[in-house]
Amino acid sequence: MNVSTVPAPEGSRPVSITTKDACVDFPIFDAKSRSLKKTVMGLVGGNIASSSKVPIIEALHDITLHLEHGARVALVGHNGAGKTTLLRLLAGIYEPTRGIAEISGRVAPIFDLGVGMDPEISGLDNIMIRGLFLGMTRKQMEARVDDIAEFTELGDFLRMPLRTYSTGMRVRLALGVVTSIDPEILLLDEGIGAVDAAFLEKSKQRLGDLVERSGLLVFASHSDEFLRELCDTAIWMEHGRVKQQGDLEEVLRAYKGHP
Amino acid sequence: MRSRPPPAAFGAPPGRRVPSILVSTAVPRSDSRSWSRTFDDLAGGWAQRQLWGHLGWQDIKQRYRRSVLGPIWITISMAVTAIALGILYAGLFGNDLAVQLPYILVGFIVWGFISGCILEGADVFIANEGLIKHLPSPLTVHVYRLIWRQTLLFAHNMIVYAVMLVVFPQPLTWTVLAALPAFALLMANGSWVALLLGVVTTRFRDLTPITQSIVQLMFFLTPIVWIYEDLVNSPNTAIAERARLAEFNPFLHFVEIIRRPLLGEDQHLRHWIVVLVITVVGWSLTLFVMRRYRSRVSYWV
Repeated sequence: MNVSTVPAPEGSRPVSITTKDACVDFPIFDAKSRSLKKTVMGLVGGNIASSSKVPIIEALHDITLHLEHGARVALVGHNGAGKTTLLRLLAGIYEPTRGIAEISGRVAPIFDLGVGMDPEISGLDNIMIRGLFLGMTRKQMEARVDDIAEFTELGDFLRMPLRTYSTGMRVRLALGVVTSIDPEILLLDEGIGAVDAAFLEKSKQRLGDLVERSGLLVFASHSDEFLRELCDTAIWMEHGRVKQQGDLEEVLRAYKGHP
Repeated sequence: MRSRPPPAAFGAPPGRRVPSILVSTAVPRSDSRSWSRTFDDLAGGWAQRQLWGHLGWQDIKQRYRRSVLGPIWITISMAVTAIALGILYAGLFGNDLAVQLPYILVGFIVWGFISGCILEGADVFIANEGLIKHLPSPLTVHVYRLIWRQTLLFAHNMIVYAVMLVVFPQPLTWTVLAALPAFALLMANGSWVALLLGVVTTRFRDLTPITQSIVQLMFFLTPIVWIYEDLVNSPNTAIAERARLAEFNPFLHFVEIIRRPLLGEDQHLRHWIVVLVITVVGWSLTLFVMRRYRSRVSYWV
């Protein structure tokens, strides 16, 4: 791995994620409790505990994890088990409502290939914006633009507005950008597909390189093949809790054996 | 060779490790509500100025994409509005056009900035829901982007002001330079207003339409089309008395600190004092709200 040969920047701590009993609780404001009127009247009228309480969805419970430089973690679990929420907790998007989450390192979350893309501007402009969103500087992106252009095989289309692109072309562009960055903490959510077979082979190679460059990877996916290629350990989420964590094969076996 | 990554904007800064990780066995309290995280957010947003600088420009270009004249339309529409209203109100109030038109024009440009910061501030996090949920960036990134976009609009409108100076020369002296700190104060206040309103409206969605109504009302209560000094010095004492109530309108002071230097008029210390006090009080309040609710915004959007 070439990343281990790069000395850590002075003054910064090594890349790591530590959580201790972290919980993520979502308040669900329906039309009733989201309005100011209710809150104000609630204050005036005194305690009406049962009717004024906001329903809460407990998305994650007591997540205690310690991930360090070099970790390659697969995230498995059924739909709604809390994989995406956990990724957002690890990214620092959700700060835990109870408990602690400490993230040191520059995070590149790739949950949705389309986010931050603007259909009205050219492919080249979108490369720049997406890169800036992922924490790169303008200079770094300018240095990478040719490489990305070559990878996407879009040619002159890069000068056209994004709205003229087909879905597959958009995915190519997005993959080109996100695989060009140098993240310290890489968080990948499933759904990186939808490209033609030849291109998929090429992007797998690039994705593999990206993972090698990154200090820490957490990858949520339903594809065992993909997970085996990129990860060595795993976390199995169920009902917002960590059901099992450990060696990838072991966790996968338990997860698959589970009804 | 990897270039050196910028300091991470997230996670507690070095030296602030929470000891309870190793010691306590009880569920520790979340440390989201701390001053250091609040200031990290402000500084982290500033560190990403390449991002919001780029996005702010993009927003302006975006609005006029595919039009031939592009952002010059901002300038043109301001010119048309100011000239039309200038002629209308000069006629209604019986004022000289050379007085009424510059007054309305500068008032309009300043009001455009103020109302833009408030109206877009009331929507700043709601409009950026996708980005907030997918990318961990400081909340202030969205606010700085908004202020920068409004500043660019303001700059486009100042072209009309420059043209006006040629047509209707104003008695400008070096005091026109006071417009620069005045605009800086406008930006500082726009920032806290957008940040505070953004957090509060994300939680209470009803406040967005309320804000819109209030801003519209304040446009009429603030001396932009009507000339404040004329009414205060009116021979009719009843009118003069009532006009003085406008001093209670904070927007009056914000408009005055920048309009007076731009029109070469005498400046009054009280306007600056009121604005400075509002700046300090507003930012203090905003920092308290940020400390308490900053980490909740991604849950609320």
